[in-house]
Amino acid sequence: MTPFTQLDGLVVPVDRANVDTDAIIPKQFLKSIKRTGFGDFLFDEWRYHDHGEPGMDCANRPRRTEFTLNQPRYQGATILLGRENFGCGSSREHAVWALEEYGIRCMIAPSFADIFFSNSFKSGLLPIPLATETVDRLLREVEATPGYRLLVDLAAQTVKTPSGETFSFDVDPFRKECLLNGWDDIGLTLHHAEEIRAYEAQRRQDAPWLFV
Amino acid sequence: MAGKTLYDKLWDAHVVRADPDGTTLLYIDRHLVHEVTSPQAFEGLKLTGRQPWRRESMVAMADHNTPTDPGFTTIADPVSRLQVETLDANARGLNLRYFPIGDKRRGIVHVVGPEQGATLPGMTIVCGDSHTSTHGAFAALAFGIGTSEVEHVMATQCLIQKKAKSMLVRVDGQLGPGVTAKDIILAIIGKIGTAGGTGYAIEFGGPAIQALSMEGRMTICNMAIEAGARAGMVAVDDTTIQYVQGRPSAPQGALWERAAAAWRELQSDADAVFDQVVPLDAAMIKPQVTWGTSPEMVTSVDGNVPDPAREADPVKRQSMEQALRYMGLQPNTPMTQIKLDRVFIGSCTNGRIEDLRAAAAVIKGRKVAASLKQALVVPGSGLVKQQAESEGLDRIFTEAGFEWREQGCSMCLAMNADRLLAGEHCASTSNRNFEGRQGVGGRTHLVSPAMAAVAALAGHFVDVRTF
Repeated sequence: MTPFTQLDGLVVPVDRANVDTDAIIPKQFLKSIKRTGFGDFLFDEWRYHDHGEPGMDCANRPRRTEFTLNQPRYQGATILLGRENFGCGSSREHAVWALEEYGIRCMIAPSFADIFFSNSFKSGLLPIPLATETVDRLLREVEATPGYRLLVDLAAQTVKTPSGETFSFDVDPFRKECLLNGWDDIGLTLHHAEEIRAYEAQRRQDAPWLFV
Repeated sequence: MAGKTLYDKLWDAHVVRADPDGTTLLYIDRHLVHEVTSPQAFEGLKLTGRQPWRRESMVAMADHNTPTDPGFTTIADPVSRLQVETLDANARGLNLRYFPIGDKRRGIVHVVGPEQGATLPGMTIVCGDSHTSTHGAFAALAFGIGTSEVEHVMATQCLIQKKAKSMLVRVDGQLGPGVTAKDIILAIIGKIGTAGGTGYAIEFGGPAIQALSMEGRMTICNMAIEAGARAGMVAVDDTTIQYVQGRPSAPQGALWERAAAAWRELQSDADAVFDQVVPLDAAMIKPQVTWGTSPEMVTSVDGNVPDPAREADPVKRQSMEQALRYMGLQPNTPMTQIKLDRVFIGSCTNGRIEDLRAAAAVIKGRKVAASLKQALVVPGSGLVKQQAESEGLDRIFTEAGFEWREQGCSMCLAMNADRLLAGEHCASTSNRNFEGRQGVGGRTHLVSPAMAAVAALAGHFVDVRTF
């Protein structure tokens, strides 16, 4: 996993509440057995006029110019600014893979759905919950200011605006360590293999019916 | 000290180790696996040279991509076929418990788990699928995970978790005739919103929940995720124990007695304290129909499509306007005037035998409206299909003009060939009415099986209570 420390990134707004993972990456792309190849199809139904299918060349597909991801001023964005309950619905990690491959490293919203939130960390993306009023203001500033960037500092847990205003955010200490260092969860857990075996042995005694 | 909630008990029993900040290594008893969210995890294991920690904890089957055409032999779409073949190779290669295509036990993983007794009370159950919450109906701690976590469970039998807050949704009183578990959960989501349960594990309790069958409880827990909660659960009672007894993977003999006695403890203590309690009166719940593109956009069948102009919150108003545009609906239209193109009965929410019985009871001896393009019944598993056929339900459906299909996820998410065309309205017993969920441009209305059945006969929504 790529470590996440600081990010000075262009911000793209997706000003809708309850953006679900079906919208982030529609189901036809979930048929892939690979972990890559999703970036071009991120928000497929909102980004293109035609119907997308896996393997399509997206270079010449007709784009919906009203959608922010298609607007020239937001090209190269690495921070996505969203609304309440971002990433709700299906557990598909493909949604995070699509965002990552598109170039997004950080999402800021008033709230995130639980499964999407934890999936994000697994691919080295940082979801940042900020107060609704703060997100409202940031959305207004982004819209009013072409080239609007934010500076995200994970170690300091801060988001800094171009005017120097700083917002702090909460992040789980364990997830923060993993992101900062780019650690692989599985490797960490296997350090505790003896404890897992001991738990398992006891549990086989107490509740043998679970081991079928 | 206050007593423990059911969630506390399930959590505490599975802690392998906990750090002072609450980061916990949680042991996983059952890992259900389907073709869509597992290939990258199996590949990850291979690339790192790891083996599954406890392969007998895994139960695998394809459900999302599988065709539902009667007697199908191949999958026409090569991309879908490769995904199913990949699961086949992984499951056989690792010698997992596996129900391949052609095995009558195969079906939607959340229908098959309970049916086989692979889902047992007191378990932690995960699957790379958000509707894993279904299994919480058995007083299990069951929740959906992403593919990285699927690989993590395969390799370590554990997940790194932090405990959620606890919520009790207490449904008092008694449901009126024609009102079902689906209406309860839609009404709950309408009340607390799709993010109302975010950060919580929800226990569903109260007399109206206790009165439900296991099928009804599964319908409720299935859609906990649509209220934002990763896990939903119901306490153990006689209904639970009776359902589990005699299932293929359930304990037997002396072990059964021991297990059943332990399971009886799986309920919240009388003095347990929840972080939040949401009360509902079952008698006030009417048959529900969604009008928008989020499950919280729901009203009762005798209601109207709401008017965004009356919504004070600008974000909500914008969401409503977008939803009505997508759905092609005008504010203040009576729900009963919404004309339908297709009807879908099935899914992990409502694809069990009781659901098919409820729909068939309405349909018996009647005909699907001529204006309908398609009415589809897709059983949740091969065994549900077999049971329905032994009761003659398939004939009731086909004589009415429904198509009787093979088991699978089907039009709930349209990964196979069953889907809506742009602009089509569908009465669906599934769980999500998101944009494009049932096909690009498709317009989904979530309802109970009985409501879907009467809608199929009329070609528009009808209050099943007046039918």
